[in-house]
Amino acid sequence: MSLLVVTSPHAHGPMSTARVMRLVLLATLPGVAALVYYFGPGVLFNLLIGAVTALACEALALRLRQRPVLGTLGDYSALVTATLLCIALPPYAPWWLVVLGVSFSILVAKHLYGGLGYNPFNPAMVGYVVLLISFPVYMTRWVAPRSLADSAPNGSEALFSGLGFDAVTMATPLDLMRRNDSQLLADLYAANPQFGFFGGVGWEVVNLAFLAGGLWLLYRRVFTWHAPVAMLVALALCATLFYAEGSSASGGSPLFHLLSGATMFGAFFIITDPVSSAVSNRGRLVFGALIGVLVYAIRVRGQYPDAVAFAVLIANFAAPFIDHYTQPRVYGTARSRES
Amino acid sequence: MRRIHDFHGGIYPPERKGLSNTPPLRKARMPEELVLPLAQHIGPPAKPQVAVGDRVLGGQRLTDLSGLPVHAPTSGHVSAIEERPVPHASGLRGPCIVIACDGLDEWGEGDRFEDFRKADRGELIAHLHASGIAGMGGAGFPTARKLPRDEASSIPTLIINGTECEPYITADDILMRERAAQIVEGVEILAHIAGSREILIGIEDNKPEAIAAMREAVRGREAMEIMVFPTKYPSGGEKQLIEILTGRQVPSGGLPSDLGILCQNVGTAVAVADAVLRGRPLVSRITTVTGETPQRPGNFEVLIGTPMRQLLAEAGCSLPTGSEARRLIMGGPMMGVTMPDADCPIVKTTNCLLVPAADELGNDQTAQACIRCGHCAEACPASLLPQQLYWYARARDHERLEEHHLADCIECGACSFVCPSNIPLVQYYRASKAAIREQRAEDARSERARQRFEARQQRIERAAAEKEAKRAKRKRAAMAKAADKASSDAGGSAGEADPIQAAIARAKARRAAQADGAADAEGAAAEAAAKLAKVEARLEKARATLAADDGSDPAISAALRKAVETTEAKLAEARAAVPAPVAETEQA
Repeated sequence: MSLLVVTSPHAHGPMSTARVMRLVLLATLPGVAALVYYFGPGVLFNLLIGAVTALACEALALRLRQRPVLGTLGDYSALVTATLLCIALPPYAPWWLVVLGVSFSILVAKHLYGGLGYNPFNPAMVGYVVLLISFPVYMTRWVAPRSLADSAPNGSEALFSGLGFDAVTMATPLDLMRRNDSQLLADLYAANPQFGFFGGVGWEVVNLAFLAGGLWLLYRRVFTWHAPVAMLVALALCATLFYAEGSSASGGSPLFHLLSGATMFGAFFIITDPVSSAVSNRGRLVFGALIGVLVYAIRVRGQYPDAVAFAVLIANFAAPFIDHYTQPRVYGTARSRES
Repeated sequence: MRRIHDFHGGIYPPERKGLSNTPPLRKARMPEELVLPLAQHIGPPAKPQVAVGDRVLGGQRLTDLSGLPVHAPTSGHVSAIEERPVPHASGLRGPCIVIACDGLDEWGEGDRFEDFRKADRGELIAHLHASGIAGMGGAGFPTARKLPRDEASSIPTLIINGTECEPYITADDILMRERAAQIVEGVEILAHIAGSREILIGIEDNKPEAIAAMREAVRGREAMEIMVFPTKYPSGGEKQLIEILTGRQVPSGGLPSDLGILCQNVGTAVAVADAVLRGRPLVSRITTVTGETPQRPGNFEVLIGTPMRQLLAEAGCSLPTGSEARRLIMGGPMMGVTMPDADCPIVKTTNCLLVPAADELGNDQTAQACIRCGHCAEACPASLLPQQLYWYARARDHERLEEHHLADCIECGACSFVCPSNIPLVQYYRASKAAIREQRAEDARSERARQRFEARQQRIERAAAEKEAKRAKRKRAAMAKAADKASSDAGGSAGEADPIQAAIARAKARRAAQADGAADAEGAAAEAAAKLAKVEARLEKARATLAADDGSDPAISAALRKAVETTEAKLAEARAAVPAPVAETEQA
């Protein structure tokens, strides 16, 4: 007879890292479906190429680092990184763009820093920013949403040569808003059909779909509400504060900001990445709010049309600092030491 | 009605209490042999007062009162006093008194109090100590030590813990259902001793029958209140229970008594009532045997000292044979301790024996990387940041660990339970706590050594200075005398002092004084040399003993090695002391 001698606790809950990652992947489905509906199946090509690249890079890195390959591939973390990056890329991006971005995310942003759990920056956003700075033309060329495009792009052609013809691409609402400072908002809206109701044709629905996926993750307790709510509230507050209804220089309405670009995707899928964010709930409130403010500032005053990636990376820098000042009050310790 | 408070964090593991709380309470068979470990509680053990071969009666005290005593649970003969496997996390053996039961179950006359309300507080506390009563909730803190000695230090609030928040365990549940009246008796005695005016009895809401029984038992007693609160692990932790019932937090590093609160378990209350009213010391308890392995799980009234193997057999639990490893857990799945040996005896703190099936307690996979998801921080009842503690524990960053309040971790296991990466967090914290403790002890030791060394240096210097001062005084006196003599001589012959003669005399005196100083330094050198020789001899001896040691006992070998090391250090010190005076002598 043999008795196992181990120390407590002996019981373990049902949650596992792989399960968390699977839930995140599942939760992107409504958003991806909306993207496909409005912008064509391009995002699916991205996802496919990205997934294959991610798994290959992950396996390569694990092998080089002499870590168990199969067990770690099974935690789905590389797939999540690739999925998040590929959703952020423009549909019908050339294949090499996807491969480059994903491999940079996995190899440099993740494994060079020590692999899962050790990366100080969100790998998907690092990949995105690298591509955005290196290939701004490809990265800002978004296909026009379904109801506004004359014809759908030819998938395979786009895949191998990039989107060449202006007919199918269109400036995104955020881009239009940033570049036009000297009109009345009403004129701007009238001149550009992309604006839709609140955040742009297609974008509104995509954002709502990601919001739905995010709420489901919240319900499944994959992350807490603190960071997303703080980001959305901060963004909305900034937008409200600086909103002047008539002028296009004001940067757009709060609803426009909440439902445009990558707002909801960022709030529920990017900034909730636990590894690179602040650790305590109070810290996450600060972290999220910081991102909200940065997103607004960069969208309105910066050189790039959307801002989530830059805002997240800057906040990643600040996370250890935020952690230092937001330690929760431990049971039985004086309230005065709370700061 | 008082308000029920909540505490931060907590988890909801599968309770599995139905396995053991449906069958009625059974009385375990008396074994042929009872093994009574001397240390079943926190604190030093008592010394045996019986010899091998002595006949003992039930309830007879077997040890003196230098520690918490143990008693014979039945009549029989002392068959051995020796080291046996004991239920302790270390897995080490411990000294035990073994009784061969004769089956007659003859009992001696026990002391009891006719009316405890008229008894002296000190007398009652001494009686509880002599009855061997330790906290029966799990930690085994001697009950008498928690009670205030005098009127002035009365504790206004008495909290009785009937929470039993650990999954699986139902010993307190059954106790409250079956012996509510006895619990109330014990609570009254405890409240009387502690001088408590309000008594809060806390029970989780997953024990409706126990709650009903206790409500019935306290009816008409104004001071007692049954407080029912939602089930959540670890609400039965002392600090958590206090927060639930009073909304206050025990200060970090402090005790409940700092808030005017005394916490006692329901099982302890019954033991107190038995000891005071019936003169029966703590010789039996209720133990749950549960898990998916036992075929007839349930609760047993069992004599302290009964081998676990026998109790398991009564519950229809055969331990696996061959290579299949199984856990035998004393306590619950969250904080229980695995037993290295099924021959370990039931002790005063054995509230449960849990023998889970192979995959009963959840996945046992390898740990993965921490993704800092923060579920642990959500679950931590002490509001710690377990993921940060884990990080610092791996880095052995003791300073940061203390900054993040590692010492306030109660090791409840909630963080490990929820960790999606399966990281054994509590084990990391335990190891770090031990390392910090060791480091502190080491620091204290070297600080003491430093102080001793400095004190010695000062003493030597002081002695040397005093000697020097005395000699200088003597010299001055002698010189003054010589000068007097010279001047009187000179006065006799020439009528006035010859300045040249006087200068020569002074120079002579100075030279003499210097030679004296050198001799003194030589003396010190000789002393140091003698000491060096002595230390060298000691080192020689210590090395010889170490060489002779057969290494059978690692503790002895370690002690010997340590002795050699300290002697070597002393030798180095002695060597350092020798050349300095020699050099001085040479200069002189």
